Amino acid sequence: MNKLTSKLKGNKLAQIILLVLYVLITSLSLYLAQASVTAFLLLLFSLLLLYYTELPDRLKWLIAGVVLIGVIPFVSSTGPGYQSYMEVATVVGIYVAMALGLNIVVGLAGLLDLGFVAFFAIGAYTYGIFATGQAANFMPFGTFPLSGESFWIFILIGCFVAALFGVLLGIPVLRVKGDYLAIVTLGFGEIIRIVFNNLDKPVNITNGAMGLASVKPPEIFGYQFVYPNQFYFIVLAILFLVILAVRRFEFSKIGRSWKAVRENEIAAQSMGIHLVRTKLLAFAIGASFSGMMGVVFAAKQTFVDPTSFTLLESITILVMVILGGMGSVPGVILGAAVITILNLQVLTEVTNYLNQLSLDGVISFPEALAPAKMQRFIFGAILIIFAIYRPQGLIPSKNPVFDEESLKEGSKKHRKEQITVEPDKGFQA
Amino acid sequence: MSILTVSNLTKQFGGLVAVNSVDMTVEKGSITAVIGPNGAGKTTFFNLITGVYQPDNGNVQLGSSSLVGLKPHEISRHGIARTFQNIRLFSNITVLENVMVGLHKQLKAGIVGTLFQTKRVREEEQLAKEEAYHWLEYVGLAKHLNEDAQNLSYGAQRRLEIARALATKPKLLLLDEPAAGMNPRETRELTEFIHRMREDLDVTIVLIEHDMKLVMEISEQIFVLDHGEKIAEGKPAEIRNNVKVIEAYLGKSAVTPA
Repeated sequence: MNKLTSKLKGNKLAQIILLVLYVLITSLSLYLAQASVTAFLLLLFSLLLLYYTELPDRLKWLIAGVVLIGVIPFVSSTGPGYQSYMEVATVVGIYVAMALGLNIVVGLAGLLDLGFVAFFAIGAYTYGIFATGQAANFMPFGTFPLSGESFWIFILIGCFVAALFGVLLGIPVLRVKGDYLAIVTLGFGEIIRIVFNNLDKPVNITNGAMGLASVKPPEIFGYQFVYPNQFYFIVLAILFLVILAVRRFEFSKIGRSWKAVRENEIAAQSMGIHLVRTKLLAFAIGASFSGMMGVVFAAKQTFVDPTSFTLLESITILVMVILGGMGSVPGVILGAAVITILNLQVLTEVTNYLNQLSLDGVISFPEALAPAKMQRFIFGAILIIFAIYRPQGLIPSKNPVFDEESLKEGSKKHRKEQITVEPDKGFQA
Repeated sequence: MSILTVSNLTKQFGGLVAVNSVDMTVEKGSITAVIGPNGAGKTTFFNLITGVYQPDNGNVQLGSSSLVGLKPHEISRHGIARTFQNIRLFSNITVLENVMVGLHKQLKAGIVGTLFQTKRVREEEQLAKEEAYHWLEYVGLAKHLNEDAQNLSYGAQRRLEIARALATKPKLLLLDEPAAGMNPRETRELTEFIHRMREDLDVTIVLIEHDMKLVMEISEQIFVLDHGEKIAEGKPAEIRNNVKVIEAYLGKSAVTPA
């Protein structure tokens, strides 16, 4: 095995051929053996393989695009499992975007946020209220529900409203640090949920625990988005923009400020970094990703109620970030995908399988160990194993590598202006 | 001409008066040392100047503007940079990025520019990298540019802190025990380096130091703190023979033989 990997290293052609073969085989097996979860998962796995190839970045993006836009929807489209696969893929996409948002707050800026799902809820309710008759209860003008065409604008509105709440939360919360910050954000998450749960009186804004039903599906030029395979493409498009934004922020002045604040607040301040502004920006940008996906979530479910936004959701998103690798974009994407697929597919499959076995009388479980109960146990055990053996996460974060030669050239122009002494000489300890 | 004027500066922590109505004037372009026994209030004094603590009383003036009430980042923008006694680097990012953070206050990239990677933002970022590299060359750390800051040796970490502080283009540079933990050879090199910084960069330097050899060699003016109070100030030769200073360091019996 080691020999094989060392041979593959540096041989780009072989890598491409193997990758294409892998995609072909998994696609074919998914195409022929419909409703095979294994084949579907293996096909998704090809994206991880792609990440580890040594191809140029542009080519990687291209291949990922082909696989995500073309291959996956196409080869799973013929069988009865189509919509359920697309549903899984869509949910994965929603969680990836949220985890990337939380990664900015926790991974880059180092602010532990235990109430992150609140921003998701804010996005979902922003669209939910106006895309149902609900808004008519308190809006003095306009006709509600708004048409499905407003969905596209609401993605932006959800983004901004969530960012606004991120700032509003941040202003009081950033007075506290560390453990206290975690507790306060946890409180904020719960407050938002409970407010939505009770905002049906005196003015009925959120319809309380009953939730908002029959949210208008998105629509463009008369074409309606109703099924998961349609939402899949919306999520994919937003996700692409989110990843692009995250990468640009991470390796910019803004991203460096976040990391500096994470590493040492006092030093960051004495280098001229505005502490409050930097932290608020992290909260706002992280929240905005969540808000966008909240809008998509509301439209996809066509139903919004407070039970979708519990503390467990916040914890799950945090687990995605930590399991994937704090501060690492590819890691967090993988973490979100692994956790979502574990929860939605693998663990339910395992439970079904075990249930089947006990029904057939092959093995019998005592009441306390019923497979449905074991699901959370297995999930927890997996997390513990990862925490012990990969404490840095599945794909640990990497620092950028700078090209010394090009900097050497460029630094000369600074030297002329200020320095008369030969650099690199003297003061070498 | 004085660049830093401190008058009547006082800071109390509960019942402890850490800095007690200290006056100090630092001449532009000079090298000034602040010395005193452990717990004399030297680092608190630095923290008051840089805004980490707010003074209870008194004034700190840089040039013509008062610094009292300003936040640390605002004071940094006024042109004061510092290093820390217990090294405070950004440990998990690269050496080059550490210095780039020092350049942040001159970078103008905003959210929109960053998102769209406008030409101006890309050029600015490239220039910042080059300038950061230049500062690494200046302190002799250029070949470590891609290492994590925490993996540098102790002496190199101290130099990186200086490079990071220099990148902010300070008028006044505060060094908090720059020679702590260095061997005699390293200390000698540091002495030369501090002289060179002043000549190359037109910067005024105030340092806290326990290494008396370095202090006496390098400084033009020395201030001595003990129990939060300024007990002496003057040229190295004067301080060396000051009775109060010897008493503070060695005890009463050192000056009044029993």
